[in-house]
Amino acid sequence: MTPLFAHGETMVWLTGGALALCLLMIVGLVVLVIGFGGGTFWPAPVVRVETLDGSVCMGEVTRDEGYRPERSLLEGVPADALDRTWAAIREGGGEAKRRLVRTGNFDLEGTHFRWIADYAVKDETRPEWALVIERLSWGRFYGEPKAFLVDGKPVAEAPADVWRAFEERHAEVRDRYEERRRLEREEIGDINRKIEEARLELRRTEIRRGKDSPEWKRQQAETERSAAELNAAFRAVRERIDALNRENARYELALVTAKGAEKTIPLAEVVRAYPSNRLGFGEKLGVYVARWGEYIWDEPREANSEGGVFPAIFGTVAMTLIMAVFVVPFGVLAALYLREYARAGPIVSVVRIAINNLAGVPSIVFGVFGLGFFCYIIGGGIDGLFYGERLPNPTFGTGGLLWASLTLALLTLPVVIVATEEALAAVPRSMREGSFACGASKWQTIRRIVLPRAMPGIMTGTILAIARGAGEVAPLMLVGAVKLAPELPVDGHFPFVHAERSFMHLGFHIYDLGFQSQNSEAAKPMVYTTTLLLIGIILVLNFVAVAVRTRLRRRLEGVLPQARTHA
Amino acid sequence: MIEESVRRGEKPAQRPVVAGFVSADEPVGPRAARPPSGLFDAVERGLPFETTVHDELRSCRAEVEIESFDLWYGAKQALFGITMSIPNGAVTALIGPSGCGKSTLLRSVNRMNDLILSVRCGGEMRLSGDSIYSKDTDVIELRKRIGMVFQKPNPFPMSIFENVVYPLRVDGVRDRHTLDEVCEKSLRGAGLWEEVKDRLKESGLSLSGGQQQRLCIARAIAGDPEMLLLDEPCSALDPIATGRIEDLIGELKGRYTILIVTHNMQQASRTSDYTAFMYLGRLVEFGPTGNIFLNPRLRETEDYVTGRFG
Ligand SMILES: Nc1ncnc2c1ncn2[C@@H]1O[C@H](COP(=O)(O)OP(=O)(O)O)[C@@H](O)[C@H]1O
Ligand SMILES: [Mg+2]
Repeated sequence: MTPLFAHGETMVWLTGGALALCLLMIVGLVVLVIGFGGGTFWPAPVVRVETLDGSVCMGEVTRDEGYRPERSLLEGVPADALDRTWAAIREGGGEAKRRLVRTGNFDLEGTHFRWIADYAVKDETRPEWALVIERLSWGRFYGEPKAFLVDGKPVAEAPADVWRAFEERHAEVRDRYEERRRLEREEIGDINRKIEEARLELRRTEIRRGKDSPEWKRQQAETERSAAELNAAFRAVRERIDALNRENARYELALVTAKGAEKTIPLAEVVRAYPSNRLGFGEKLGVYVARWGEYIWDEPREANSEGGVFPAIFGTVAMTLIMAVFVVPFGVLAALYLREYARAGPIVSVVRIAINNLAGVPSIVFGVFGLGFFCYIIGGGIDGLFYGERLPNPTFGTGGLLWASLTLALLTLPVVIVATEEALAAVPRSMREGSFACGASKWQTIRRIVLPRAMPGIMTGTILAIARGAGEVAPLMLVGAVKLAPELPVDGHFPFVHAERSFMHLGFHIYDLGFQSQNSEAAKPMVYTTTLLLIGIILVLNFVAVAVRTRLRRRLEGVLPQARTHA
Repeated sequence: MIEESVRRGEKPAQRPVVAGFVSADEPVGPRAARPPSGLFDAVERGLPFETTVHDELRSCRAEVEIESFDLWYGAKQALFGITMSIPNGAVTALIGPSGCGKSTLLRSVNRMNDLILSVRCGGEMRLSGDSIYSKDTDVIELRKRIGMVFQKPNPFPMSIFENVVYPLRVDGVRDRHTLDEVCEKSLRGAGLWEEVKDRLKESGLSLSGGQQQRLCIARAIAGDPEMLLLDEPCSALDPIATGRIEDLIGELKGRYTILIVTHNMQQASRTSDYTAFMYLGRLVEFGPTGNIFLNPRLRETEDYVTGRFG
């Protein structure tokens, strides 16, 4: 008998099994994220449920679960039906099923969701004209159309007519609303910025010359004059906005809830409405795609649980790219010195060990360091030197995109250094010698031979750094990621890139949605969706880097397969 | 500090005693009459001995003059008082058993050994009269005057064209016309032009081993050097590729002074004009190739070239 371990098969099973387990976990994670995240935006049917005790609710079923009810806690069951219901449950083994219905109408009922146990259901229908309405505030509304009002007078009453009138008017009302938003953001924003600039200019003069200097007095007169002009401009814009609002306010939608309450919603408040139960597959797909579009391109509403995450996507990508822009050159230069210039010895060994250990420092520690060093020391210094007139409001002296990127660059530095060093060490000695023998200097050899040859390895380091950096959250909370920052770090105003601004980040957004949200049931699916998006973005960034690496490798290895095995 | 003084050509205190350049004037007797000199024995025990240099070499114009050259890898001495003149425009072969210091000597000529931190050396070397190891020698300028081809083909991971013009690129030559001209001239010189003229943009690594080695030769001559150093250029190649390289060496002879290390006796006898036999870091016998192979002065040389040892 040969011992078991003498057979190679044992190791095949062990190694194969380990791989299978890894794959299983990864696939499980991906399936979970895609399953939950991908389905969030699919329009569900609207059900109208009447319970045994006579209460009614209407909404979308979000999920169900089995549970063991207690007799005293049977909900929605009147006293006379209690015994019968309880007996039925006991017969079924004590298990009951209940569903979570998103009932919306928070402004009327003070709750977004309601659990409905199956045993308490008396009647369940899917009303044909039940509308799902996504609003700018108060979350979703579920109700049936009653009338379409123009100037307070109903112009349509039958559900089909109301819906037609709504579809006719909604687009133009939304356009006016968008125009109003644009005016507020751009024109009024412009005016506010000019007022602020004038104030800062005055303050600067005050700091430099003192308050009784003639310059200051002249400046002040100037400021007052321009303030008058700006105020006039502001009033003009305000008038345009008011006109748009007045026009929009003419159109309203009157609805009845399942409970019979009436509610009139101005059309401008409606982001999207659809009669869920009447939709065919194509129309549902349309709603699904439109919601994804809104999600990716719009700003968040309703404490981030509705609307889009565009600022977060932008922040994540910008931060990751800025991080890469800093960490790659620094890491490569440091690795070059360590591998090519530094004389091997105890000091280099110690440095190397220190770098490796840096990779094991908890990321929050980097956050603390970033806050202390970048924000307070460097940022504070910059503020004192260049932005004195804005103090005590910090400009660079607080968390921001630049500081977050630098903190993450520091965090990922060891990854880049180690990967680059390895890549440099893998460049064959014969190639360096060939270059030196041609009369190349050390730097020429590094630049023309060693670096190109090591580039795929350096790209690997970059990919790892991107993957690590883009998904990091903890340090960001300290150095600039915030819950809401609709002002992007890049805009049309000089100097166009505002790296000092705080920013939104998908990872932080996930944390915020999942654990800080008021309406956690509604936020939960968004957590998965955001995760899906974040993973997608990291995937795209990595894919680009991998594609570049593959191209470099191809170019290095030549074309013949024989040559490829060499290199 | 020792290293500095050695590079400046000063002799370190612990230099072993070796004989200088001594010509062997003893009459050459019939082969059978030549007694074993016990030279290997002496060398192994570290006793002083004299290099046997044939008279024919004394009248040659020297490209490289080497005088009492010593070299240490850390504490281990690899070259002992090498003294020789490498004749201008001819092919000189270095032969000897493995590990005797052939490559080390070759690499000393263009100071490739500088790349190894532990190396120290002493003695003198001159290229066309210019000191190689003096303090104010510009190593980069020196290397540009000497082309080198290595044991294993080492084309760079770039196009064939860029491989060839590399020495010009590091010189900062940008002019396309010059580069094209040099590329073609060098590839023709290396006998590779016809094979690669249509694929200059392809990677140098896409060539076969023999073609890669000729590409390296093209690269070595692209900088228009005075001298070529070839360190066993054929040892990684098949017989046909080897034959082509040997023919090529014949063609390059005269245009460049060539110093070639080889393991292969036939190759040495076919390609070279002069042959130097080395043993344990010493230069044992140096003379015209014909003499060394057919009529060596020393019994040890004869034993080696006839394959009786080594
Ligand atoms: N980089 C090095 N470090 C230490 N010793 C070396 C090194 N290169 C060569 N040597 C030693 O120097 C001696 C001569 O080597 P080498 O010149 O390569 O021999 P050959 O080319 O004649 O076979 C050998 O004993 C070898 O072990
Ligand atoms: Mg050798």
